[in-house]
Formats: sequence, C-alpha cells, structure tokens
Amino acid sequence: MKKARLTALIATAALFSVTAALAQGAKLTDNVVKVGVLTDLSGVYSELSGPGSVKAAQMAADDFMAANAAYKGKVQVIGVDHQNKADVASNKAAEMIDRQNVDVLMDLPTSSAALSASEVAKGKKIPVMVVTGGTTALTNEKCNKYTFHYAYDNYMLANGTGTAVTKRGGNSWYIIYPNYAFGQDLDRQMTAAIKENGGKLVTASDATPFPNTDFSSYLLKAQSLKPKIFGTMQAGNDLVNVVKQYNEFGLKKQGIGLGIGLLFETDVAALGQDAFAGALATVPWYWNLDQRSRDWSAKFEKAFGKKPTWAQAGVYSATMTYLQAVARAKSDNGDAVVKALEGHRFSDFFARSAYIRPQDHRVTLDVYTVQVKPKAQAKEAGDIFTKVATIPSAKAFTPLAETKCKF
Amino acid sequence: MNTQLLLIQVFNGLVNGAFYALLSLGLAVIFGMLRIVNFMHGALYMLGAFTAFALGQAFGLGFWPALILAPLIVGALGMVLERTLLSRLYGLEPSYNLLLTFGLTLLTQDLVKQVMLSQFAVSSAPYTTPDILTGVVNLGFVVFPKYRLFVIALTLVICAVVWFVIEKTRVGAIIRASTENPGVTRAFGIDVSKWVTGVFGVGVGLAGLAGVLAAPIYSVEPYMGAELIITTFAVVVIGGLGSILGSVVTGFAVGVLAAVGAAVYPPIANTLVFILMAFVLLVRPSGLFGLPEGAR
Repeated sequence: MKKARLTALIATAALFSVTAALAQGAKLTDNVVKVGVLTDLSGVYSELSGPGSVKAAQMAADDFMAANAAYKGKVQVIGVDHQNKADVASNKAAEMIDRQNVDVLMDLPTSSAALSASEVAKGKKIPVMVVTGGTTALTNEKCNKYTFHYAYDNYMLANGTGTAVTKRGGNSWYIIYPNYAFGQDLDRQMTAAIKENGGKLVTASDATPFPNTDFSSYLLKAQSLKPKIFGTMQAGNDLVNVVKQYNEFGLKKQGIGLGIGLLFETDVAALGQDAFAGALATVPWYWNLDQRSRDWSAKFEKAFGKKPTWAQAGVYSATMTYLQAVARAKSDNGDAVVKALEGHRFSDFFARSAYIRPQDHRVTLDVYTVQVKPKAQAKEAGDIFTKVATIPSAKAFTPLAETKCKF
Repeated sequence: MNTQLLLIQVFNGLVNGAFYALLSLGLAVIFGMLRIVNFMHGALYMLGAFTAFALGQAFGLGFWPALILAPLIVGALGMVLERTLLSRLYGLEPSYNLLLTFGLTLLTQDLVKQVMLSQFAVSSAPYTTPDILTGVVNLGFVVFPKYRLFVIALTLVICAVVWFVIEKTRVGAIIRASTENPGVTRAFGIDVSKWVTGVFGVGVGLAGLAGVLAAPIYSVEPYMGAELIITTFAVVVIGGLGSILGSVVTGFAVGVLAAVGAAVYPPIANTLVFILMAFVLLVRPSGLFGLPEGAR
C-alpha cells in the first residue's frame, strides 16, 4: 500500500516537472505543431498549388526549426487532398483536426472548399490560412475569428486588373466567369472595378459551366458584340482552354484584348507565353520580382524540381508567419495564435509591407499588376512578367470601411 | 435574341457536333457489332490527343503524320485490350465489361498524368494548329477559325466512309453476319473472332482520331475525355444504341442544340442534352433511329 502511494507521488511529481518544463518553453498540444496543408493533390489546381504547396510548407517548417532551437523536431507537415469539392474539404478538415491533431489548416484552393473547411475549423477553434482560395466572402459575410486570408483575393485581382486595363483604354468589356463561388464573386468585383474607373460592360456577364472545355460560343458572342476587352474569370485548365480558343478565333487581330481575372505561372507555361502576350493580370508575387525572391525560388526549385508559383511561395510565407506566431504565443492553442497574429506587421521575401488586419483577418501586402512578355523578350526560362505597377499594401485590398465582417 | 448570333451558334454547334458524332460513331460500331458498352472511349480519345502530343515531343512529328499514326496506335492498343481482356467477358452480363472499361479508364488517366508530369513537367500541354489551317476565314456572317471548318469537313467524310463500308461492301456484310449469327458465319469458313477484334480496333481508332483533331482546340490533359464521354453516351442513347446513322445525325444535332442553348440561356447548355435524352426515352425507348427490341 505504502509502495503504491509512493509510486503515485513520484509519478505526480514527474508529471508536474514535465508540465513545468513545457511551460518554460512552449505549450504544445501533443508536443507537436502540426501543419495540415489541405489542397488539390490530383485535380485542375494540383499543378499550381498541390504537391508544391506541401513542399513549400515543409521548407518553411524546416527553416523555422533550424532558426528556433526550442522547436527542433516539433513541427510536422501533412498534405491532404480535398479534390476541390466543398463536401470533401469539410470532411477532410474535420478528420485532420480530430484524428490527426493538426493545429492549422493551410492553402485551400477552390473558394467553395475554402469556405466549407473554414466553417469546420471555426467550430473546432483551429486557425486557417487560406492562400489559394480567392473569394472575398472569407473576409466579409463568411468571416470568422479563426480564418485568415493570405496572398490574394478577388477584390485585389479585380481592383488591380480592372483598374489597370480600363485606364489603359480598355473601357468596354464582355466578361465570362465559371459558375461557382469564386467566379461569381470575381465577376462582381471586376464589374464594380470597371464601372468605378469609367468603363462599361457591353452586355451582362455570362456564367459558364465549371469545369468546361469549350468556350467558342462565348468567343463568337464577343466577336459580334465587339467589346474592347474580353474578360475571362476562369482559372487553371479552364483558363488555358479559353486563351487557346481566344487565339484560335483570332480575337486579338479583331481588336479585342484579353483581360484575365486570375493568372498563375503554370497557366502560361501550359500554353506558351506568346498565347498570353500582352495580357494584364494582378499577382501578389512572382519568382523573379527581385533578388530576395530569386534566392528563395532557387532553393525551392532545387528541392521541388520546378520554379514556384506565387501560390506555393504564399504557402511558405503563410506557414512561416503562422509558426512565428506560435513562437510569440509560446503555444499552438488556436485562440493564443490568433491573438498573436492579429495586428502583426512584417515583411518577408513574399509579403512586403504586410499587415494582418484584426478587424477582418485580411492579410494585406504589396501586389503587382503585370503584363505577360512575348517569348522573344524573355531573358531566361520562366521569365514571363513585366511589372506595370505596384499597388501598395494599404490600397490593394477591400477598404476596412467596406468590409462586412463581424466577429 | 438576334438572328445573326443564332446562326453563328448553329454553325459553331456543328464543330462540337463533329466530335460527338465521331465518338458516338465508334461507340455505335462497337456496340452494334460486339454488344460491348465501351466506357473507356473517352480515355481512348484522350490517348489519341496525348499520342499526337507525345509523337511531336519525342520525334518532332507534326499534326499531319500524327493524324494518321495516333489513330493507328490507339486502334492497335484497343485490339490488344480486346484480345487480352474484353474477349474473356463475352457471354457474361454487360455490367462486367462496363466495370472493366471503367477501371481501365481510371488507370489510363492516372498513367498519362504520371507520364506527363514526369516526362514533360506539365499536366496540360499545348498543341499547335498546322500552319496551313491557322487563322480565320470570314464567312460573311461570322469570322471562323479555318481549323474548325476542317474538322467539320473531315468528320463528314469519315462518317460517310464508315457508313458506306458497313452498309454497302462485302467487308460490311461479313461484319454484320458475324454479329448476327456467329455460328453460321463460322461455318462459311470466316474467323469471326478476328473480325470482332478488327471492328473493335476501328471503333477505338475513331476515338483516337477525334482526340488528334481535338488537340489543337482543347488543352491536352489526362481528364479531357471524362466530361465528353458522358455527353457522348447521351448522344448514343438518343440516336438509338448501335445505329450508325443515328449516332452521326444525333451527334451533330446535339452539338447545335447545346450551342444554341448556350446563346439563349447559358446555364442550360450542358443540361439540354440530358433533357432531350429523357424526353426521347419516354417517347421512343429505343432511340430516334434505333429499332425496337423485337425487330432485331
């Protein structure tokens, strides 16, 4: 009996000392910070985010552990496929949080998937860093205390590209958009930006099925309507098909320019940059923006075999930002990390003059309006963008006065 | 709705219709002769496009050689599949070959994806239109890509040839006899199983051809056949299972209908074909050109 009591006493003491030791360092659930990259590992967006995003998150984890001895061996990264489906995304999010104990969800291409995963994570008080999903609902009517929106959003795309194109004389538009959360939202934002700058739509925008391969009906419609700009809000493979057919129908020669809502480096690579030459788009970053970006990209290329897209670079930056917040909070508890993230100002190779707005969790940063170079002007492989304008962090995103977020 | 736009859409619909017609023609030949529901047809269409792309990358072959070679390669692959796998399922329930071909579809898509990513470092590839067919023609009411006109013309020729061979020649007579009554045909000294393999190869080759034709229009990617095959099956059902004339006419008709639908009310474009299918099945269960069950 005495022996048993003694054992219990020693065990309790041991337990206390462990807890005390942890409290001095950091309070980590199951002693690990687990980053869950919830992304498209097999579908239309797998090339622009997917496995490259998982690799980027892993690089951030490795760099973070190397710089913070206290966290050595304590950061893990897992990648899970959500197939761009909202229902799969919410199931996987729940499973990752409940069974695999992830402490943060990362990436989330496809707006509908991002929205549903964000809803699940809110219920379980787990932070979400949306990098590749675009809908502005994430920081407006569907915002919540645990969701942060990194890298870009539809307002920033529309505001950047719509303004730049309209001001350069492209003041009459015909727009098509894929018929799901992202496309509907981007069409609304783009239309607003065009009208604000004195442009007009020649006819109401058309919704196209998603995914879709044949866009000839809309291109023929554009031919007969003769707008100055044919605006496409499609992304990924759908965008590649639109642009391929835009060239096939010879719209450029007929004086109809191309306005692209969302452009990734991989889209340009898939079709050759000449097909896109002259088109304007807005991006949060590109690999040869400056020396700092080139250095990081060289590291990524060495590890992954390909140059990073801005989505993948964004995942690295978001993962690092999250981990640094964990270090500041000395805990991976959701509420504690959220508090450490809110109001944080920082600058890294990806996010310049970045600020995490406490009011709606929009992460603002400098973004760039770029024009696709013709192949003849490219200095090296992957040299595709010419910077047209830098939109400063404070001006690139929805003004706080207009946000509908309440939490 | 202005009439010019409508006219344009009718014309444009013929292009998509050409792809539906080519694909459903292959399906109809295979089903009509062999009673195989070939769910793999979409994947073989994709293989046609991919082979054209790969031939260009590996041997620098352009569009014209690919137009001949890719269907032959895909057709040959089809014959191997028929001999090694499908032939073992004859006499069993149709659901077996449906499952087999569906499984093969998934396998093919993922294999192509792996090859593309590992060999070419892209998951969707560009394919350029041959020089002579690049550019547009002003048809008066519309400016239309030359290449698309070529697709319509070539498809019409191919459909006519297939119909002629099957309905009017001795080869066609043997094929029809082999499927109508294999026992008696064998008794005439004809090797029925060889003919069956040949017909399957031709049907699959047509899918490969459609794929090569599609490569300059759509991006070449592993899942390009997945969506198309659903519509194609609807076309086959509307036209009447196994009817050659039915699949060609319905293919073009559905293409036009979807294009006009897209102009009038875009969200309905992709649903229209299924509404039509439901309607036709209610009124004529054997399809527009199909013979009622008892008449076969």
